This record gives sequence, structure tokens and C-alpha cells, in this order.
Amino acid sequence: MQRIAFTVLLFFLIGVLTTALAKEVGEEFSVPPPPFKEGMYPCSSCHASMETNRKKRDLKDEHITIRLHHAEALRWCLDCHAAGNRDKLRLYNGELIDFNRSYLLCGECHGNVFKDWKVGIHGKRQGYFAGGKRTYLLCVHCHDSHSPRSKPIKPEPPPYTPKDRMNAK
Amino acid sequence: MPNRSYTRREFIRNLSLAALSGLSIPMLSSCTKEHAEDFLQKHFLEMTNDEKEALIARLEARYLKKYGKKFKVSAQEAIPNTLWGYGLDLSRCIGCRRCVYACVDENNSSRCKPQSQWIRVIRLKKGSLIDLENSEHYYNPETVPEKDYIYMPVQCQHCEKPPCVKVCPVHATWKEPDGLVVVDYNWCIGCRYCIAACPYRGRIFNWADPNVPPDKWNTSVHYLGNRPRMRNVVDKCTYCIQRVRMGRYPACVEACPTGSRKFGNLLDPQSEIRYVIENKRTFRLKEDLHTEPKFYYFFEA
Amino acid sequence: MQALAETLRETWRFYRKTLILVFTGTKEYYLWCLLLLCIMLVGFLFYLPQIRTGLITTNMKDQVVWGLYIANFTYLVGVAAAAVLLVVPAYIYQFGPIKEIVVLGELFAASSIIMALLFVMVDMGRVDRFWHMLPLIGSMNFPDSLLAWDVIVLNVYLVLNLLIPIYLLLKTYYGKEPNKKFIVPLVLFSIPMAVGIHTVTAFLYNGLPARPFWNASILAPRFLASAFCSGPAIIIIVFQILREYTFIKLEDRALFKIAELMAYAMFLNLFLLMSEMFKEYYSDTMHIASLKYLYEGLHDKNALVPWIWVGTIMNLLAFILFLFPGTRKRLSTLNIGCILIIAGVWIEKGPGLVIPGFVPDPLGEIYEYIPNFRELFISFGIWATGFLIFTLLMKVAIPIGSGEFSHAKYIEERPASKYQQQVV
Repeated sequence: MQRIAFTVLLFFLIGVLTTALAKEVGEEFSVPPPPFKEGMYPCSSCHASMETNRKKRDLKDEHITIRLHHAEALRWCLDCHAAGNRDKLRLYNGELIDFNRSYLLCGECHGNVFKDWKVGIHGKRQGYFAGGKRTYLLCVHCHDSHSPRSKPIKPEPPPYTPKDRMNAK
Repeated sequence: MPNRSYTRREFIRNLSLAALSGLSIPMLSSCTKEHAEDFLQKHFLEMTNDEKEALIARLEARYLKKYGKKFKVSAQEAIPNTLWGYGLDLSRCIGCRRCVYACVDENNSSRCKPQSQWIRVIRLKKGSLIDLENSEHYYNPETVPEKDYIYMPVQCQHCEKPPCVKVCPVHATWKEPDGLVVVDYNWCIGCRYCIAACPYRGRIFNWADPNVPPDKWNTSVHYLGNRPRMRNVVDKCTYCIQRVRMGRYPACVEACPTGSRKFGNLLDPQSEIRYVIENKRTFRLKEDLHTEPKFYYFFEA
Repeated sequence: MQALAETLRETWRFYRKTLILVFTGTKEYYLWCLLLLCIMLVGFLFYLPQIRTGLITTNMKDQVVWGLYIANFTYLVGVAAAAVLLVVPAYIYQFGPIKEIVVLGELFAASSIIMALLFVMVDMGRVDRFWHMLPLIGSMNFPDSLLAWDVIVLNVYLVLNLLIPIYLLLKTYYGKEPNKKFIVPLVLFSIPMAVGIHTVTAFLYNGLPARPFWNASILAPRFLASAFCSGPAIIIIVFQILREYTFIKLEDRALFKIAELMAYAMFLNLFLLMSEMFKEYYSDTMHIASLKYLYEGLHDKNALVPWIWVGTIMNLLAFILFLFPGTRKRLSTLNIGCILIIAGVWIEKGPGLVIPGFVPDPLGEIYEYIPNFRELFISFGIWATGFLIFTLLMKVAIPIGSGEFSHAKYIEERPASKYQQQVV
């Protein structure tokens, strides 16, 4: 009797554990805080007292520096930002997440990259790679979420040619 | 031919010529204790731990005197069960050369006269990717990446069968147990055979004493890695031996703004580099030379 | 004990007599030695900044790490190996007229090896760490590193080429017969050693898959063929000069025999070059890059093209001159042919072999290496050193060989008291 109870409990625990592990949304990554602009967060400091206008439009009064260049034909601001609570982001199934878990939102469309990022092979690597001290960056630390395409940058100078004076005596 | 006798004049002439030839020997110009210690230093792999400690103390004292900075020289050995591998995502490298200069800063390389850069980023034309002969090393556009080109950084590939180790006449370069190919700068005789033997331009020569701005010295150094070098010896990328044996990424990996560089332990199935090799399409340079490099280039998906 | 003291005294007496020989001579001799000493001094003065500042004083860069010094080294090892061309006919075929110049030829080989070793020393970055290369004391990477092999075989060859002539000369000086059982095996051993030194030097280049220009199986045969052209050519010229200024007996027949053997070597040299060109140009892979750079220019870089064409034409002309007995057996045309082949092979081995191996470099870069004046003067200094050593050796060896400088003569001319001075 006791043995049966013990095995049932064991299987129950295993089931809980596996489902817990399988549930991707539950996965946690320690990331540095999101790179908000000065004074932007918390968004509710302005939006709590504002009416929600769900009409898709170009913003004229505020946030005019943001040029949406990210599947803008199919979406606009409130498809990602939660309409009711601007301090949160909105997943496809309606679930709300904090800004420091924004990778879940990006990962909904960019699944391949998200898979790579979780293992640590997408994006900039910093710090320690071993000993359980691996750190992650948020997507938004490198990509501007409103216009994610990386801008071309100025390269560092080329090496001196062998004939260059700076390479000779 | 008549046999002239040995006159005093000839004796004096002989003696002065002999003295002159004796004085003209270029060696032993200043037989200081420092030179004597350097001259008699044993091969690093033959030293006992005590001897290594004495050597490190000597080097630290010397660097303090010469550069006015307190260097921390490590002789940390390889971590067991590690084999360091490197990954480079060619679909993401934009040729910005941040890695080159981060490496120079981290590894105390000479800035000019001569300029020592362990990493060389080359630009290749799309469509004929590994056409090294038509590569461009000195591209300098306004912005990168340029259309129609991809960029490929090359550095020491830390081969499993390194041709440089095979040809060194004095065993000054060898492969450590964790797979890093290192140089003992105090043992190298500067014959440059290894540079001739390297198929990847992984090794370069210190043609003169390195020129490092006094405020740019990185004082956390490893004996086999980024410690201040001297003229006329060979050096090369060491995968930042001073960092990776502490579990940190090499400087180039951290510097890359697009995250093209991956690093990890090939023997750890959970490592990033293993994931790359198992899931991405990787290749290595000059595979036909059978050097088995541990530097894997790959493309996204 | 008594015998040891006597031997030491006799050695000192012999040494003193050789010093007399070396320091007395004609005006031309003094001028020649003085000229060589001046060139040596200049070379040495240019070498000092190289040790002080580093090899940055040369024009070598990471892309082309071996330049004028190693080019000369390769050439001189070939010249030294060619001494065997004298030994072979003399001892194996018992060709009389060559026998007398064999000893001098071997001393010539010794001087060449000394020059070659000096070139390696100036090329080495840290000569002060040379002891790392010694076996047992240092950490010689034998048998993996071909450079380690080269150190061993070159030094063994040097010892052989000093031991054999000095032994023979001393025996002649003392009027004794050389012990055939001792000397003939050594002489015969020097034949494979001569082939060995140049083969090892060739393998040094050959074993680098990173440099496809050198990684051709044909390299070692090409080295030997070109060595057997240039070395004897220098010997032919040098011995004619010696015949002019000393009492050495040298028949023209000996020179013509050497020239005949050289003709075969020249043909082989040209044939191997043709094979190389066919393989590269017909297969037309990317590995043609170095050869193309050499003969045509690559990506508008063509500094070596005029050099190699001049060199190749010189080799061809020399071959034609040596091919026909009419021109080969006439001293004037023979000498022209010798000078042509000496220069031609130098170009082929130096700028024609060492430099293109580095062009293009493993990542495709082209650096056109041209030696600067510092490297040139140091090289001249080393050549002058070799010539001076050879001159001094000849100054002692020739009188011994001709019987003028011998122990018997010394005994009969020795004054009763060692303080008595004889005025000539």
C-alpha cells in the first residue's frame, strides 16, 4: 500500500516537473534592465489617466520620434503594447508580460532566433561562459524594437599596409 | 717562397688584430644579472612549480621597473576536460573590426612601428566566398557592411594538428592540454619558421620592441598569453588564455557588436560551440590541409 | 706527458707558421684582404642596429618573413653541396687531374657552409638564445622540425669538410701518407652528406602545405640540380683566379670535365623548371598564383618579373654555352657561361624561390619584398667573410699542397737558435 502511494506520488512529481520544464513561458533568464529612455518608465505615469484610442494611426502628440518600421503594414503599437496597461507587453494569446521578459514577445515571430538566443548563440556574449555565470542581454539591448534593422556603422581603421611608414623603422 | 722570420712588428700586428676580432663579438655586450637569468632560463614545460613562481616574481618585478605598472602574471594551467573551440557567424559579421582593436587593447599588442594585430578581417565577394586570393584586407568604406561583400575575420585557428608546432626547431610553441597553441616568448629564437608554416596567417612577428601607450597596458596577463613581449619573437592569438581559463569570454567575443563570435568548451555537450556545430552549417578553412582547426565558421540556419 | 708537451709545441709552431703565411703576401693579396675586411666591417656596423632595434630594420614583414638572408643561405648551401661534384669523379672514377683540387674544393665548401650559417645567424631574431637549438642541452625538436635536421646536417658537413682537407694537408705537410682506411670512408660519406644537406634544406621548404609554391615534390630535385650548376661554376672561376695568382697546378682538362658534368645538371634544371611550368599552367588551379606572380605579375604587382626572366634567359644561355663542346672547351666562353649560371641560379633560388613562396600570403595578400640597403650591406659583409676565410685557407693550403710549405723544408731551414733572425 505504502509502496503504491509512494510510486503514485513520484509519478505525480515527475509529471509536474516535466510540464513545468516544458512550459516555455515559465523560463527565466537573468537580464540587465531594459534600456528605457530617461523618464519613460513607468508608462502608466502618463497613460493611466489617458483614454485608450484603439484606432490605428500615426501618432502626432507624443512618441513622434518613434518611426515604426517593423511589419508596420500588419501591426501597430497596440498589437505589442498592452492597451489596458502600458507597463506591460501583450503576447499573442493575450497574456501580459513585463518589459524585462520582452524576449517572449519577440520570440513569438522570431522563433528560430529565440531558440538560438535561449541556448546563448544568438547575440552578443559578454562576461562568463561557464560556471553558471552566463548572462543574457535582452533583444532590445541590441535591436531597436520599433526599427530593428541594424544600421551600418563606421568600421575601425584598416591595418597599416606593410609598406606604410608606421610599420617600418 | 722565402721564409721570412717572425719580426716584432708582425707580432704586434697579429696581437692587435686578434684583440680587435675578440672585441667585435656582439654578444655579452652587457652581462648583467638580468641577461644571465634570461639566458639560462629553462624551458617552461620543464620547470617545477617553484621555478615557475620564481620566474613570475622576476617578470613582475621587471615589468614594474620597466613600465611602472604592477602586472599580475598568471601561469594558470589548463582546466581539465576542456578543449576550447570558437565559432564565427559569417552571416552576421559586418567587418567593423571592433574585434581587432579589442584584441589589441586586451593583449598589449604593439600599436605602431610595427603594428601588431592578431586578427585580420578580410572582405570577400559574395558568390565566391572562400576565394582568399581575391580578398581585400584594407577596405575602408564609410560604413559597413557593404553591399555584395561578406567579411571573414581570421586569427590563429588553434589547430589540433598545428603545422607551426611541428616545425618549431626549439619547441618554443606547443599545444596545451586544453587545445590552445601557445608560444613561450622567452624560449622563441625568432627564426620565423612557424610563420612560414601557418596556413592561416595566425602568427605574426614582433619586428621591434612593442609600442604600447603607457596608459593602455592591460595588467592582467598570462605568461603564455598577453604579457609584455620583446622584440624578435613570434606571437599569436591565444583565445585570451588569461580570460578563458577563468571562464570569461575572449575579448573579441565580447567586443563584437553583432554577436558573430561564439566560444566554448568543445567537450561540454551543453556549450554554445557544441550547439553551433551540431545545429548550424559549420565549415573550417583549408580543410584539405588536414590541420583540424578548432575555429568553426558558420552561417545562420 | 713529454709527448703531449711536444705535440702542443709543434702545434704552436705550425700555427705560428701559418700566421706568417697568412700575413705575408703580395700587394694584391693585401689589397684584397683589406677590401674584404672593410666590407666585413661595414656589414657588421649595419648588423648592430639590427640587434638593438630588431628585425624591423630590414624590409621583411609578416607577409614575407624570409628575405635576402635566407635566399643567400639557400644558395650557399647549394654551393657547398656542389663540392661533391669534385669529390665524386676524383675518388670514384679516379680522374687524375681533379684529385689535386679536391682538397681545395672541400675547403671551399667549408667556407660556403660558414657563410650559410652566418646568414642564418643574422636572420634569427634571438641569436642570444641559439643554445635552445642544441640537442640535449637545449630542446631541439628532432625529428619533427626540418630546421633541427638542417642544424645537424650542416654542422656535420662543416666538420667533415674541415676535417678531411686539414687531415690530408697535415699529412702532406709532414710528408706522410694519409691512412686510406680512415680518410676514404669519410670522403665517400661526404657524398651522401652533400646530397643530404641540400635535400634537407629543400625539405625545409617542401614540408609546408601552407605554401603551395614550395609544397611541390619537384622542389628537392630542382634544388639539387641548380646547386650542381652553380657550385661548380663558382669553383671553376675561383680556381682559375687561384691558378693565376699562385703556383697551384690545375689542368684545363679538369675544368672541362667539371663543365661537362655541369651541363647535365643544367639540362636537368631546365627540364624540372619546364615540368613545374607545365603542371601549373596546364592544370590552371588557384595554386598557380605564386608562379604567375613570378613570371607575369599578379594583380598588377610585378616587381619580380624582370628579375626572373633575366635569370631564366641566363640559365638558358649558359646551358647552350655548356652544351656544345666548342664553347665549353674554350676558356673564354666557359667563363661567360659560368658567370651566367652563377647569376641565373642565384636569381632562381633567391628571388625566384624564397620570395614567391610568400606571395600571395595565406590570406591572399601580396607584399612585394625588396631588400633595403641595410640587408644588402650585411649580406655583402657575410659574403666578404666567406671570401676572406677561403682566401686565408688557400694561403695555407696551396703552399702545403705544392710542397713549398712542409715540415721537411722547415727542418732544413730552421735556424740553430730561435732568436736568430734570417734576413731575406
